[in-house]
Amino acid sequence: MATISDHIAAGTADDGVGQPLTAADGTPLKKKLAQANRRARLRATLLVAPLLLFVLITFVVPIGQMLVQSFYEPTFSQVLPRTTAALQSWDGRDLPDESVYAAFAEDLKDARANRTIGQVATRVNYAHAGSRSAFTSTARKAERFEAPFKEALIAADEDWGDRELWSAMKWASQGYTSEFYLAAVDRTRDVDGNIVMVEEYRQIYVKILLRTLYLAGLITGLCLLLGYPVAYLLASLPTRTSNLLMILVLLPFWTSLLVRTTAWIALLQSQGVVNDILVALRFIDDDSRLQMIYNQTGTIIAMTHILLPFAILPLFSVMKTIPPSYMRAARSLGATPWTAFWRVYVPQTVPGIAAGVLLVFILAVGYYITPALVGGQDGQLISNFIALHMQKTLNWSMAAALGGILLATILVLYWLFNKMVGIDRLKLG
Amino acid sequence: MKTVLKSALLATAFGVAAATAASAGELTVVSWGGAYTKSQVEAYQKPWMAKTGNTIRSEDYNGGIAEIKAQVEAGNVTWDIVDVELSDAVRACDEGLVIPIDPAILEPAPDGTPAVDDFIPGTLSECGVATIVWSTIYAYDADKIDGDTPATIEDFFDLEKFPGKRGMRKTPKANLEFALLADGVPAGDVYEILASPEGVERAFKKLDTIKDSVVWWEAGAQPPQLLADGEVVMTTAYNGRIFNAAAGENKPFEIVWDGQIWDIDLWVILEGAPNKEEALDFLKFSTSTQALADQATWISYGPARKSSAPLVGMYQDGKTDMGPQMPTAPENMKNAVQNNFEFWADHQDELNERFNAWLAG
Repeated sequence: MATISDHIAAGTADDGVGQPLTAADGTPLKKKLAQANRRARLRATLLVAPLLLFVLITFVVPIGQMLVQSFYEPTFSQVLPRTTAALQSWDGRDLPDESVYAAFAEDLKDARANRTIGQVATRVNYAHAGSRSAFTSTARKAERFEAPFKEALIAADEDWGDRELWSAMKWASQGYTSEFYLAAVDRTRDVDGNIVMVEEYRQIYVKILLRTLYLAGLITGLCLLLGYPVAYLLASLPTRTSNLLMILVLLPFWTSLLVRTTAWIALLQSQGVVNDILVALRFIDDDSRLQMIYNQTGTIIAMTHILLPFAILPLFSVMKTIPPSYMRAARSLGATPWTAFWRVYVPQTVPGIAAGVLLVFILAVGYYITPALVGGQDGQLISNFIALHMQKTLNWSMAAALGGILLATILVLYWLFNKMVGIDRLKLG
Repeated sequence: MKTVLKSALLATAFGVAAATAASAGELTVVSWGGAYTKSQVEAYQKPWMAKTGNTIRSEDYNGGIAEIKAQVEAGNVTWDIVDVELSDAVRACDEGLVIPIDPAILEPAPDGTPAVDDFIPGTLSECGVATIVWSTIYAYDADKIDGDTPATIEDFFDLEKFPGKRGMRKTPKANLEFALLADGVPAGDVYEILASPEGVERAFKKLDTIKDSVVWWEAGAQPPQLLADGEVVMTTAYNGRIFNAAAGENKPFEIVWDGQIWDIDLWVILEGAPNKEEALDFLKFSTSTQALADQATWISYGPARKSSAPLVGMYQDGKTDMGPQMPTAPENMKNAVQNNFEFWADHQDELNERFNAWLAG
């Protein structure tokens, strides 16, 4: 719009006419146009504002806050400010000197009085396991410490003579930390600050992330494999029949997720319907009932079923628009049924395939409740570990770091997908 | 702004907990559900409501201090008084999530002994007042096992002698202790050994031997159900749940007391609880000698007061003597371990992580 008003302004100058163009009420046209533009922009902004605010408050702010928490953990410096200041000059080679211990003893008194010592103890315990009670029990004696504090503290708990603990405290005292992201990829810092792998028995998150991607990929593949023929059938049947069948696809979609998951438990458990039938038909022995739930198999079966409509619906809506005459034309020009299908039909459904794959995959990567209920031990996904850190261990920074890594992974995959398929070709329905 | 952001995050994460706001004047009491909550409703809540005219909203949870922390840090406290394990009571207290309780406000024993001397040593903590002594034991279904019956903690880990699935709580707590006991560690040395890396290694090695046969449970009501459904032949459980299924519902369940790991449950009151005065009054009422003795007639958990023990009589059926069913009965205490809250406060992060890595592996 600005260009039009510029043009008018330029035009009037070029014409060499002295009088600028005016509207009916006598105001210059240029000004009038700017006013109208402003009003239109304001109206548009006001219309969008509720959604913008909604997205900002419910989406951007919490996610931003979560991501901040994954690398910013100021508990230590807030609760123990003097120690934090004193630790800055410690080079980490030997035990800290008396001034650090004195500052620490002073801080402990305050932390004990404010009942905040537990927060610091928990924070340092993430990095240096087993140190929690050193903080809480020493804080209980904090009132009685006298100089020299170094000896007094080490006498109170020998952990205060441990350079590794002080090193962990120095790392914790810096509010900004990479500790949680390192832990989320099974790495840690040793006493000298080098990044090393954690002990083998604690390596878990990389494995879980890879498993999550693998299972999500597998489930997406299964959904596509099962959904494609169903969508084709729905799209090619007469409307009356296809509407009826559509209800069968949508009915589970309208049923509560928990009900569907629980139904799978009833079907698949070792005393469940499927096993009972197999035993009754003597396919298997009563003692060797199949374990189909509370493991990876359970997760795959239940999630494929639950996510199937997300693959069928976009496929269906795309297939519906493909005229059957194209296939007939291909056949009449001599193509075999397979060639006609593969060379003519399938390429036209790519937007539907792409939409279905993207939807199912992204939903599957972050799935929580179904694997939690039917996944047993080896069917757990990364979101179950995020929930674990949110709800059980209360290490929210760790949960945030895992969430951050999951988010980054999905963004990378989305970028790759865009490169390969092109996001503008998507068709959701 | 910081708190606004924080509460936004918390509200997202714990939407359900935050959404159920309690109305003022209605005390919210949170406990572990099932037969245990029922015993508290009968022995504490109903008489207290009758006495004071207040109402109580009873909620269930599965332990841990996550919800408590979420509510207190978001400044949106809806729970008033919660039944927690000792290690959680200590941790919540250290983090300032629950209020300190002066034992001097508690009712004295009927003979005038002050509460401090009447409670079993170790059952009063800075912020918590104990109600019961409970125990993690293992139990089996007598109908499903012919011939020799399991009698020791070793038998739980012996898949050759007693084939079949095992139920275990999905946490390292108690399971690592069981593993060491079954591996021949004397009850008195369990925590000393578990504090060393070799000890942890040893415990996990022992758990490895039955890992493929384990069904994991989380809520206390699950193990009796797993036994009843035949999903497992034996399972670890809270002793009171098994007792109630056996005595109350006539299930053929037997408890093996060898290697039991006992602990206490305490009331804590949340910092910023909406009905703090009522909560304190309820706490005083429910930890009186008579209330604790009454509860023990509904479920087989031992009262935390010495003066309550002689008042405990028969179970509700009028024929089962509660004395021998208590974790604290001398014949049940022969090879018992007291849960070491300090050990778990120190090592639970590390051991939880390792346990989860082990489970997922």
